[in-house]
Amino acid sequence: MAGTGFSRMDEDGTNHDVAGGCRMCLAIPGKIVEISSDNQDSALVDVVGVRRKIDLGLLQDDKPAPGDWVLIHVGFAMSKISEQDAADQMNTLWMLGEIDGAMQEIQGYGLEDVN
Amino acid sequence: MRFVDEFREPALISKAAEEIRRLTGTERHYRMMEVCGGHTHAIYRFGLKDILPENIELIHGPGCPVCVLPMGRIDDGLSIAQRSDVIFAAFGDMMRVPGTQGSPLEHKARGMDVRIVYSPSDALKLARLNPDKHVMFFAIGFETTAPSTALTMMRAKAEGVGNFSVFCNHVTIIPAIRAILDSPDMRLDAFIGPGHVSTVIGCRPYEWIAQNERKPIVVSGFEPLDMLQSIVMLLRQLKAGEAKVENQYKRVVPWEGNRAALRAMAEVFQLRPYFEWRGLGFISQSALRVNDKYAEWDAEQRFAVPGIRVTDPKAAQCGEVLKGVLKPHQCKLFGRECTPEHPIGALMVSSEGSCAAYHNYEHRKAGMVSLNSVA
Repeated sequence: MAGTGFSRMDEDGTNHDVAGGCRMCLAIPGKIVEISSDNQDSALVDVVGVRRKIDLGLLQDDKPAPGDWVLIHVGFAMSKISEQDAADQMNTLWMLGEIDGAMQEIQGYGLEDVN
Repeated sequence: MRFVDEFREPALISKAAEEIRRLTGTERHYRMMEVCGGHTHAIYRFGLKDILPENIELIHGPGCPVCVLPMGRIDDGLSIAQRSDVIFAAFGDMMRVPGTQGSPLEHKARGMDVRIVYSPSDALKLARLNPDKHVMFFAIGFETTAPSTALTMMRAKAEGVGNFSVFCNHVTIIPAIRAILDSPDMRLDAFIGPGHVSTVIGCRPYEWIAQNERKPIVVSGFEPLDMLQSIVMLLRQLKAGEAKVENQYKRVVPWEGNRAALRAMAEVFQLRPYFEWRGLGFISQSALRVNDKYAEWDAEQRFAVPGIRVTDPKAAQCGEVLKGVLKPHQCKLFGRECTPEHPIGALMVSSEGSCAAYHNYEHRKAGMVSLNSVA
């Protein structure tokens, strides 16, 4: 019965589209796949199977390595987290009804969606 | 108890709820403000109010950047983008926020070049891809997003990208909390501190709230259990007559914050002497502007900005709702003139604004099967 209480509230869909949740306030967890060889501040990250480039420049003091998990805000890694915390954060996004929004954001990084 | 079966740790949730009940007792009323709009959203979404005893009142704070942005700033940003060579780039959150002549999306329908970006660095990329255009990024957000804007501007300067600028609306959370505490009609017992803003600023900036104002504050995560634990921590402090800054969200928030992010902000921004917040009015040193070193990438220094001011309708009582003096539904306009589809006041603009959150979830409960509370 997981989630039924929430989806019920979604039926008329108010405010869960582009104009909806203020997604800049919520963090998306991702796993660092590889650091660019020509730019140490650029990394390929995996978010439930979607891979996009993000910026590591705000983690200069504590650089993540491939295999590390990070929380991403608006295309920038903001903090390193554990794998468990990454799973918890994904679960939180799901409970908040923000998974679609988060995936839309990840897919949009690098202007790779239709704009 | 509502939704408890759906939580991942129902046993822990029940235990935390019991502990809250035990600590709260019945003899007094507790008023706690969650500062962050993300927490407001989560509270409604998770139905936490149904789990909490009635004498704990959660007041929804000013932490929704879309909600507190004055309409005049949207008008100003759009007026720059009226030039045919300008591309207006902003987060999707901004696209339906109304200006006096319509939202960015409505301007797009009338022919303005408006693009959604998910990252400020993509606005910079857009500028590289469109060398014959000027890309203006409409920047918004608290300390969670301000460092990303700052680093993007540093990259623009380093690479010499001349056709890119930022229309900066970044605000800072501490002066807003101060303004609320300074308000004479305010009666708050404690604060649930923002989670992701604190990732950047750390916990130290809240110390004056505990030391000078004698109010406990607990920086909290966003899961239901996080928020219940934070409320337990606040109640324990209040029962013991203490006022401390505590960090419930240690797994993500370092006490000292993210110094690299703070350095980027210090490199690019300086404090504005004052800035207007919808619902709260002018607050001194509460927002960031681009400093002179980066003037070339500052839309406000580069273009003529009309400086439009739009006053909220007098009947809208956003300020009272923000300070917790009124509940959203007690405002005269709530649900009648002012709805999420046609927002008049600031707090109805984004789904994280307390009025929109209340409207979307609480209000709709009327049409739902009533849920019994066993807690």
